Amino acid sequence: MKCFIGIDLGSTTTKAVMMDSDGEILGRGITNSRSNYDTASQVSKLEAVVSARLELCHRALSAVPAMHDMVDDLLAALERNFRLELFLNMLEDLKETCLHNAADLRHAEISDQLATALNETFERMKTQLSKLFASGVERKSDFFRDLAGSVYMNVSEEVAEEAKLPFDVLINIYDKSIIETENRPPAEDLVSTFARALERVMDEQDNLPVESQLIRDLVKENLEIELEETYVVGTGYGRVRLPFPKEHIRSEILCHGLGAHLMYPNTRTVLDIGGQDTKGIQIDDQGIVVNFQMNDRCAAGCGRYLGYIADEMNIGLHELGPIAMESTKAVRINSTCTVFAGAELRDRLAMGEKRSDILAGLHRAIVLRAISIISRSGGVTSEFTFTGGVAKNEAAVRELRQLIKENYGDVTINIDPDSIYTGALGAAEFARRAVEA
Amino acid sequence: MAIPNQTEVIKDSSMLLQKSMIADNYDELTNTQETGKKISSTFVPGNLNELVMCFDMLNNLPEINAINNGMRKKSGAMVMQAEKHGHSEDVCTYVKADIGSMSRGNIAPNGKPMPSPDLLLLSYTGCFTFMKWFELLRHEYGCETAMLHVPYEGDGIITQNMRDYVVKQIKEVVIPALERVSGVKFDIDRLRENLTNSAKAEDDFVWVLESAKNKPSPIDAYFGGVYYIGPIFTAFRGTDKAVDYYQLLRKEIEQRIAEGKGPITPEGDMKDERYRLVVEGPPNWTNFREFWKMFYEDGAVVVASTYTKVGGVYDLGFRHDPTNPIETLADYCLGCYTNRNLSQRVDMLEKYVNEYQADGLLINSIKSCNSFSAGQLLMMQEVEKRTGKPGAFIETDLVDPRYFSAANVKNRLESYFQMIEQKRQGVRSAA
Repeated sequence: MKCFIGIDLGSTTTKAVMMDSDGEILGRGITNSRSNYDTASQVSKLEAVVSARLELCHRALSAVPAMHDMVDDLLAALERNFRLELFLNMLEDLKETCLHNAADLRHAEISDQLATALNETFERMKTQLSKLFASGVERKSDFFRDLAGSVYMNVSEEVAEEAKLPFDVLINIYDKSIIETENRPPAEDLVSTFARALERVMDEQDNLPVESQLIRDLVKENLEIELEETYVVGTGYGRVRLPFPKEHIRSEILCHGLGAHLMYPNTRTVLDIGGQDTKGIQIDDQGIVVNFQMNDRCAAGCGRYLGYIADEMNIGLHELGPIAMESTKAVRINSTCTVFAGAELRDRLAMGEKRSDILAGLHRAIVLRAISIISRSGGVTSEFTFTGGVAKNEAAVRELRQLIKENYGDVTINIDPDSIYTGALGAAEFARRAVEA
Repeated sequence: MAIPNQTEVIKDSSMLLQKSMIADNYDELTNTQETGKKISSTFVPGNLNELVMCFDMLNNLPEINAINNGMRKKSGAMVMQAEKHGHSEDVCTYVKADIGSMSRGNIAPNGKPMPSPDLLLLSYTGCFTFMKWFELLRHEYGCETAMLHVPYEGDGIITQNMRDYVVKQIKEVVIPALERVSGVKFDIDRLRENLTNSAKAEDDFVWVLESAKNKPSPIDAYFGGVYYIGPIFTAFRGTDKAVDYYQLLRKEIEQRIAEGKGPITPEGDMKDERYRLVVEGPPNWTNFREFWKMFYEDGAVVVASTYTKVGGVYDLGFRHDPTNPIETLADYCLGCYTNRNLSQRVDMLEKYVNEYQADGLLINSIKSCNSFSAGQLLMMQEVEKRTGKPGAFIETDLVDPRYFSAANVKNRLESYFQMIEQKRQGVRSAA
């Protein structure tokens, strides 16, 4: 079947959306941009293909009336097991890479002990990490680097202590190896990985309402459908680094505008806060951009600002929003300069302010800057859509809702749970129109 | 980012002529110890070159020196030097490049030190910073300073009172100062001759600017435009050389039109004209070629710009008039682009978008120049409303390289070009 793919190469994450000829979304994929856009683009595309395969299976199985009530659970199990398979493959790759790097001449005297320690570390990691893919477990991140990294730190420290090996050597080996592993383009033999995952799922199932062969056949049939890459459009900061011909590249401003229009056709103003850009975009009733403003050469107050603050506070990026939501008092943070904000943060902490209140103030500071960009682009006159990574942060959303209300009154504000894919969605639609229109 | 190899840059013969004119002028300026000529330092907007020449004096323009240093990648260090001396980050970077250059020996592009000026001739035309700049220079050089105060066209018209005020100052302050410093007596017939030359060059200059109404446009009226304004905005207006230059330039452009050619770029003739833009605001000088390339590689040509009017709005009809020599100088100073109010600027931009059949208005907002930037966003919105054509806004600086973010500018420009394209398709599919 014909497939149209949009890839949004952001400074922090790379997103892909796959669409069919009717403009229906087949699949979405996301990965960290890892300063290698080529690999990031391949990985996100692969992720989109995986989710497209699952979507196709979902469509096929839903058509069997007896299956109706269990399709969702069955496919969730299939996805979990599939991801586990992929994850274990990557973990094996990481282990081999670590062992290879441990054999480096610099560690000649302890290379045997290192190899033993690494084998032990990865054995324990495998046990711990596999649990993350059990039913009902929520993973803090979907990125291999995040999941493997935090467990490696803990486990290798234990192992190093037991084996009386220098911990920093194990860390160095990991740091070098994770980059190599991440930048290796993924193997694309999805079908056999899916097949293995399906067998695991079928083993877990009892009381199936239909013959298990029917499920196997339907899944297999859908795995065999050719997903033709009919047209690919790239957008985002990394677009110029890809070997795309010029007509396959669109500015992310246009893509965000069109993507937001597809999600919410009445949208006239779009705010996108990404890793290093904040954009205020005005669109017409066709999703065509009529005006935009964005931050200038200084990226203060963008997504990376929150990343820096999270690092300063030694907490995860995803924890910032929930902590700020506990705030009971407004603390004013004046600086959106990332470096100064760090200093202001420490000052406030020293003065005895609560962490949650300071964080709420920091979120407000970002949103204030965004509001200024929106007003320069022409303000909010009608329906408003918030997109980009920061739209996932509930504290930023709360501040934005309040400030939009104060400045522009009661306007409809749309925030889609999949808003991070808005740019990729617009790009996919551009790809579809390039062929179908 | 790579910029085209400087040695391979393609130039028209008018560009080569101008290059030698500028080089000769710097030689003259740095040779005054031998020739005994006196130097007057002055600004581009509202400069009185025809008058200065009547006293055998040379005209030195600190703004042009700053631009020169910007294009030769030397201004960054000069700006930082000035900041070291206590000038804040927000001060006009022309000023800082000039001050920084002084403390580094004030070396002209020919490698020789620039002598101190004998007169600071300040024609305050639409920029308040000019006054402060020359105050700093006066402090440094301790030389005679004549200040020509030019009233702002706040109501959009030049009243007889305003004209009289400037004429009185020229007669009572400026001319006596020039006589004192040079030891030459003022001769009004000499001024008339110079003004006659000015008007001749101005006619050809306007013809060149208006050639951009052709499709494809044979010139780029912003990036190419800054070359075309060179002689007439600086030390050559009123000279025979300038008359010759504009005749040569006009012939070149006539040839381009006859051959159906687009504008010259550093990489040769621009092939495919895809977007026609009107640009408001000065260009960035530190990354001039890189900035230009972002336009021509996407087929964008600037058909009209306001920056090419800072030294005189000739295309709206003004000519230096030898029959009213002092009054014409006053009118010239009063009418320069930076001395016009916001609504006059909006009217001009609207006219350009319509008459030059442009796809829209692009504003290059200069971080350290409030004279230009104040009100620009409102101007853009008004022009969008009146013309129905989309506008866009980018931010750079004059000669401070720290304020040029190539990725950001390129991102905005590409978005703008694609936005124009998308609008066209929208119109086509709706039709």
